[in-house]
Amino acid sequence: MALSKDEVLAGLAELVNDETGIATASVQLEKSFAEDLDIDSISMMTIVVNAEDKFGVKIPDDEVKNLITVDDAVSFITNAQA
Amino acid sequence: MTKKIVVTGLGATTPLGGDVPTTWQALLAGESGISLLQDEWVKRFELPVAIAGKAKVPASEILTVQETKRLDPSSQFALIAAREAWADAGAPEVSPERLGVEFSTGIGGVWTLLDAYDTLRDRGVRRVLPMTVPMLMPNGPAAAVGMDIAARGGVRTAVSACASSTEAIANALDRLRSGELDIVVAGGCEQAVHPLPIAAFAAMHATSRNNENPAAASRPYDVNRDGFVMGEGGGAMVLETEEHALARGAKIYAELAGGSVTSDAFHITAPDPEGSGAARAILKALAQAGASTSDVVHINAHATSTPVGDIAEYTALLKVFGDQLPNIAVSATKSSTGHLLGGAGAIEAIFTVLAIKDRTAPPTLNLDNQDPEIPLDVVVTPRKLADGPIVAISNSFGFGGHNAVVAFRSYER
Repeated sequence: MALSKDEVLAGLAELVNDETGIATASVQLEKSFAEDLDIDSISMMTIVVNAEDKFGVKIPDDEVKNLITVDDAVSFITNAQA
Repeated sequence: MTKKIVVTGLGATTPLGGDVPTTWQALLAGESGISLLQDEWVKRFELPVAIAGKAKVPASEILTVQETKRLDPSSQFALIAAREAWADAGAPEVSPERLGVEFSTGIGGVWTLLDAYDTLRDRGVRRVLPMTVPMLMPNGPAAAVGMDIAARGGVRTAVSACASSTEAIANALDRLRSGELDIVVAGGCEQAVHPLPIAAFAAMHATSRNNENPAAASRPYDVNRDGFVMGEGGGAMVLETEEHALARGAKIYAELAGGSVTSDAFHITAPDPEGSGAARAILKALAQAGASTSDVVHINAHATSTPVGDIAEYTALLKVFGDQLPNIAVSATKSSTGHLLGGAGAIEAIFTVLAIKDRTAPPTLNLDNQDPEIPLDVVVTPRKLADGPIVAISNSFGFGGHNAVVAFRSYER
């Protein structure tokens, strides 16, 4: 069964925390990965790959550059599940 | 006139403690850092060697999540040791262009490399971490330290197996004496307690198999020694021109008076039984120090606890010191810490500096029956060293026939 957007956000926040140590509560939809959370491209790639495993989706490399905000990623993953 | 180079900061994380004061205290108390490995892979691979000196304080308890994710375990130890040394030196103000790093590892990012291969094989190419290369490269620890303290005067990595970090300190001395730099952070680290290096060292019968009594396994100079015990951790020292140190009112532990490197060109793993290369390294270091053999009161020996290595080093010492050798207090601290490979020289240089500063030679554990072929004056309980100006040396030798020796002198202005 597909996860809700809230559930994807919670799961993604755990992955971000695991990779960077950023508190899960700070991982909010409107936050930008690079600007607000200070996550660089290398951490981002690791988070993406871990998200693929966790949510059972494919996130093409070309798509990663479009995932500017947490909302972008959560929406992409939520839709990709469907 | 030769510039005087001094030691102004010390840092370490070792099987005896997470910093220098804890490590030194445990060493003087005769504690052993060696224990039975609890990792599941010991049984899975049926490793014949199941003991090692694990870092007393795991790096993950000190560093941030990001640092532990992005640095190989060896670099993590480097960063911890270097930060302590830097803080201990008073976080000196120095022009970044005149600040250098000489930081070694013997084996490099072996955990990263082999984990990445497991990932590639089991989970596919997309799962290989993007940081794999900068994590596994042998200059990773030096680069991590250099970035942390903003060193722009050149960050280098000498690799010479178990002589690596002593060579790093010798290189630092050259760069400071030449006037190229004002401060160098020098040291070494290792985290190779991984099933592959354990299996490989066991295959060459270099390591002790005393799994029944880990604390007694590393026993340099004892008749029942059967090989070294791997250890993990790192050590760092801040080395500085006397001029620079005095100008900023730094505390000075000792003078780094000599540092030299020679090579055997004899055999890839076996030491030259005549000890000629090792003897030359000691003599060169003393010559650089402007010291005579009779000035030396203490030796932190390489003494890994292998049957042939300990004798070869003794032969070299006898060549150099002759009749004076019985007057020199020799400590084999790998009996406590295990053998940190590329980090060994760094922590032993620190012990040598502290022996001079505290006028106390640290003990050697497990010397129950001293090998009659090695009639050294081995320190078994902490021993007071002479007052007045004294010199002490630390020896390191590595596979490849590398010999490196550093000489420290009590500091007097």
